[in-house]
Amino acid sequence: MAAGALGRALVYLPLLAAAAFYALPVYLLLITGLKSYAEAGLDRMWHLPSTVSLDSFRQAYRQLQPHVLNSVALTVPASVISSFVGSLNGFVLAKGRLRGSDLIFPLLLFGMFIPYQSILIPLVRTLQRVNALAEAVGVPPGLSGLVPGYGSIAGLAFVHIVYGIPITTLIFRNYYATIPDELVDAARVDGAGLLGIYGRVLLPLSLPAFAVVLIWQFTSIWNEFLFAVVLTQKPAVRPVTVALYNLAGSYIVEWNVQMAGALLAALPTLLVYILLGRYFLRGLLAGALRG
Amino acid sequence: MRLSDRAVAWALIVPSLAAVGVFVYGFIGWTAWVSLTNWAGLRPQLAWVGVANYLSLFQTARFQIDLRNTVVFTILLVAACMTLGLGLAILLDRGVRGEGVFRTLYLFPLAISFIVTGVAWRWLLAPGDPATGRLTGINVLLARVGLPPLRWYTDPTILHIHPDSAVGRLLDQIGLGGLASPLWGIPVAMLSVVIAATWQMSGFVMALYLAALRSVPDELREAARIDGASEWAVYRFVLLPSIRPVTLSALIVLGHISLKIFDLVAAMSKRGPGFATDVPAYFMFEATFHGDQYALGASIAIVMLVAVSLLTVPYLVSGARREVQP
Repeated sequence: MAAGALGRALVYLPLLAAAAFYALPVYLLLITGLKSYAEAGLDRMWHLPSTVSLDSFRQAYRQLQPHVLNSVALTVPASVISSFVGSLNGFVLAKGRLRGSDLIFPLLLFGMFIPYQSILIPLVRTLQRVNALAEAVGVPPGLSGLVPGYGSIAGLAFVHIVYGIPITTLIFRNYYATIPDELVDAARVDGAGLLGIYGRVLLPLSLPAFAVVLIWQFTSIWNEFLFAVVLTQKPAVRPVTVALYNLAGSYIVEWNVQMAGALLAALPTLLVYILLGRYFLRGLLAGALRG
Repeated sequence: MRLSDRAVAWALIVPSLAAVGVFVYGFIGWTAWVSLTNWAGLRPQLAWVGVANYLSLFQTARFQIDLRNTVVFTILLVAACMTLGLGLAILLDRGVRGEGVFRTLYLFPLAISFIVTGVAWRWLLAPGDPATGRLTGINVLLARVGLPPLRWYTDPTILHIHPDSAVGRLLDQIGLGGLASPLWGIPVAMLSVVIAATWQMSGFVMALYLAALRSVPDELREAARIDGASEWAVYRFVLLPSIRPVTLSALIVLGHISLKIFDLVAAMSKRGPGFATDVPAYFMFEATFHGDQYALGASIAIVMLVAVSLLTVPYLVSGARREVQP
């Protein structure tokens, strides 16, 4: 069976080589993060640590922890709200029998592909105006964190909800399109209005789509950088991507801390991917395989 | 349909339509308008200058380099991701042991931000300390197998046709002598960014192709095999036709991401030596938010929008047409 062995080698060798390529940065991040500063010298950079030290992680955690909390405060509400918005839109477009749906849908989808640079300047100006407006109205200090203006987590969350409309609508619309119209018609015959059909028929069937959209939005918003770096100038409100970017950009921070920080910043979405990879992948494919 | 239902449907969707109308289409119009003014400095200046910003933009050396870099980056990234993605999908589709482990490994970079990818690969591809000659990252591994160190994203070299070479003279004779210049070359530093982006994005192509291959019913393959088709013929006539639409989707997704790439270059190499890894998105960011050159930034943004639209609008329109068909 020499040919069989050769055939197997021709399949497994490239697969293993590719696996090494994808694993390489993680290996380096992990072994570097686990080294103490004293041991993290260049000569031994590819060696396993002789003694496992969590100092780098501790230091990275100390520096990134407030920003991780900012990212949580940003990502969780923005994902939940944008999922509901997408669910309602997708329902109306798939089952609402609106004239014009065929035109509305591609017009919405276009928003998914635009470079956000092309809306960034007006966005900054508008959010700054929201701040000015809030000041003029006299929003009480306790509620100022909720004003979706420039430089606040609420403002950044609002932006993610708005620019999430195309993708969340797309995924829900395609999901609801697979649900038979007969089900909707039956509810209609029973006297249900549009809201009743949504609440009693579609929503209870929506769990898989919610899983996909929530995970997709969580991952995208957690990993987002452009809006975050432009809209959060104050260090206190920066999400973790911006904080890591600044951490890595400053010369005084040792690279074992940078590597540990990179792992910490990636950990939440990696966990989501490992635990719920199936839904993650479905969201990914939904963005590419339309209809 | 009852009138109230229609009213409810519109009431549900109008807020989103209004939001997208203002925040996408309205803001694009606003940006386009800014690009036709001379707004520089913190306070908006509203003098209308027409297309002057665009004319000077295309004559700006940095922007010409950026356009070259984007084209190089897009072509190399698409080629690398399509080759690697299709190859891995075909291998995995052959039924290998440990397929789940392989798939998990190939796909996990997709869950990570470009910032983390950039930080990690900047360190992996760091050239080392030229003062002491000490190597870092991949260069340490290269040295171990006896290869010389590379300068990676700090390499200022532009690979291009030399005007004095045979090819350069030939081009000159047919009136294309302009092609024999660094402006039409490949910046070596960009290859490092392509490696990092391929690491992140190729799993996506693999997943697309694997899903497409898996959607071909086994009976179809078996039938072809029973009919005496070679493995090659099975791929050529049964499997590859089924994955053609996926190829288009992958090209659109990779293409529009690479035309907009920002976070990765920001975290990994920034402008690079002599703008070797600079891209329009980074130029726009610096011009607008570090230089207060709002009109300039807006013009760059509109050029980016046009480039992305040329790629995606035909796809969206054909998709819409496909969907209205009964």
